Amino acid sequence: MNRNKPEYARGLDIRHGRVEMSHGAGGRAMAQLIAGLFAPAFDNPYLASGNDGALLPQVTGRLVMSSDSHVVSPLFFAGGDIGSLSVHGTINDVAMMGAQPLYLSASFILEEGFPLSDLKRIVDSMSSAAKAAGVPIVTGDTKVVECGKGDGVFITTAGVGVVRDGITLSGELAQPGDAILLSGTIGDHGMAVLSQRENLGFDAPIVSDTAALHGLVDTMLDSGARLRVLRDPTRGGLAATLNEIARQSGVGMMLQESAIPVKRAVESACEFLGLDPLYVANEGKLIAICDAQDAPRLLETMRAHPLACEAAVIGEIVADSYNFVQMTTKLGGRRVVDWLTGEQLPRIC
Amino acid sequence: MKYVDEFRDGALARNIAAHIALEATAPSGYRLMEFCGGHTHAISRYGIADLLPPNVRMIHGPGCPVCVLPIGRVDQAICLAREQGVILCTYADTLRVPCSDSLTLMRAKADGADVRMVYSTQDALNISRDNPGREVVFFAIGFETTTPPTAVAVRQARTAGLHNFSILCNHVLTPAAMHAILATGSKVALDGFVGPAHVSTVIGSQPYEPFARDYGKPVVIAGFEPLDVMQAILMLVRQVNAGRAEVENEFTRAVSRTGNLKAQALVDECFELRDAFEWRGLGTLPHSALQLRPEFAGFDAELKFGIGYVAVADHKACECAAILRGEKHPRECRIFGTACTPASPVGSCMVSSEGACAAHYTYGRFREAAQ
Repeated sequence: MNRNKPEYARGLDIRHGRVEMSHGAGGRAMAQLIAGLFAPAFDNPYLASGNDGALLPQVTGRLVMSSDSHVVSPLFFAGGDIGSLSVHGTINDVAMMGAQPLYLSASFILEEGFPLSDLKRIVDSMSSAAKAAGVPIVTGDTKVVECGKGDGVFITTAGVGVVRDGITLSGELAQPGDAILLSGTIGDHGMAVLSQRENLGFDAPIVSDTAALHGLVDTMLDSGARLRVLRDPTRGGLAATLNEIARQSGVGMMLQESAIPVKRAVESACEFLGLDPLYVANEGKLIAICDAQDAPRLLETMRAHPLACEAAVIGEIVADSYNFVQMTTKLGGRRVVDWLTGEQLPRIC
Repeated sequence: MKYVDEFRDGALARNIAAHIALEATAPSGYRLMEFCGGHTHAISRYGIADLLPPNVRMIHGPGCPVCVLPIGRVDQAICLAREQGVILCTYADTLRVPCSDSLTLMRAKADGADVRMVYSTQDALNISRDNPGREVVFFAIGFETTTPPTAVAVRQARTAGLHNFSILCNHVLTPAAMHAILATGSKVALDGFVGPAHVSTVIGSQPYEPFARDYGKPVVIAGFEPLDVMQAILMLVRQVNAGRAEVENEFTRAVSRTGNLKAQALVDECFELRDAFEWRGLGTLPHSALQLRPEFAGFDAELKFGIGYVAVADHKACECAAILRGEKHPRECRIFGTACTPASPVGSCMVSSEGACAAHYTYGRFREAAQ
């Protein structure tokens, strides 16, 4: 009698198991990790086909592609985790080009010894984020590095999307006179991660703003406002992103400090730690630059969306050959809002 | 934020500004030195210069602990990390100060030296506890504000028998620097000082009395919030107008005449005056810095590792020295904003956010562009 049961393998012990080198070696263990953890969570026919790549239906229109790596520490924080962050991050990068995100890929670098239960939590979170956003994860990869050579898990996602006809958004299109809009409060994500990491336990918990912004972008495009630039102020915060745009467009900016929304708890935490919220990362906010005449209409559209109800016009584009981002302070003086020097907060996304 | 927003209020600022404009009528103008880097930073960050009339001029002083540290002192720290194999613990700002051989502590770290950024002396003590087989040196810098925490750490290390812990002591004294600025031969004509905020919480307002009495210079101790600074400027203008030279205290919510006696006792228990100490910009000043007392010699990294101090000249084009003495404005330095920027500083004043050059570059360089 043949005692070999066909295709038998002991199931993954997700509750107590840990990542082993064999999970990235291309053999049975890796196949089991994919079949037992990734495939059921991400569940879509492109992934289920089990090929080296996803064969996707034909699309019409200009394509946008973007990629984003995530190394956040700690992996779990108030309002999200590395999983949801990695989905939102790439969706937002695609959406900032004015594109409807269609598909994502996800690549994992796992550290030997990482608990499978934590990995499952992360993968489930990615799955929920992708499903909520309506953007499936259609292909991926898993590698394992020896214990001590990684930090739990690093995730790289890539995304493709298609841009509506007639829409062209780019960082080089800002023109003097244009209005600068911001979709909500700044610094929430960075301070949520930092307070978790440093065990700061502020009375009012600060929650990350990580969110997929393509729905908001959709309504903004629908509004018909003449949009020139969309960008999400992630690492380096509002200040870095505005400086990037100013340089790309060859313009200056004049901001009003009193118009920039900051949550009280974030402001206090920043003050306490000697940080400037202008430089703290966001993961669910966007900057929009549009023709000044259309700003009231765009602002109204944004405020009607749940992810931008605190949107505000924070300044305007000015002609300036130095490309300075300047700000009128609450006190009534003027200052430059400069590029960040060095790093304010490492490992934030 | 309670106790913060009140001191950043735009309407109040305009009100004080109006009083300053109305009262600052002396034809010779008002040259006021803000001693502290914290004030320099506040003035630049909040754009206070825009609220002052042109005849009230703020001159940046030497009160930035990273800026006054001469190259030779950072060289000592790098030597400890690279050649003695110690874990060198330092506050973040010091990491980027350029020193000999185009090195910084950050470059030494990238090169393999074990340099760690800490937020407090307690972090450094914890590193000593966690690494009993390694020597751990805390790069102790700063004025009177950061000295008491260093004293606490040294006492704790002695109590806990942490013999792998020591400090590279570079604590300096504010009044000594003010004396140097006012000493005969100084090229700066000053009408008064915005006196230190945090330093004064420790030493009190009393140590400034000789400057008012002997040099005839008004001193107004001010907090680091923008309205503190503006109120202090108004108080200085009023003293100058009335021909008074007194020590006044705007920062009464934190500073008393005698200061923090407990902190002073702690510092006195652990430290004694050095005979002399070299400052960047101010030269070698007698009795201007501290060293550990003989009973704490085991925690003195200079003695423990036998590293002597070698003075090193600043970069030839760098004007940090004149800027620290208040003789020059950052824009008068040839390499300001060209060879020397916050991303690749040549001199120490471009490193710390409290440095006059870094503050002016980061917040105020549109002013030159507009000229």
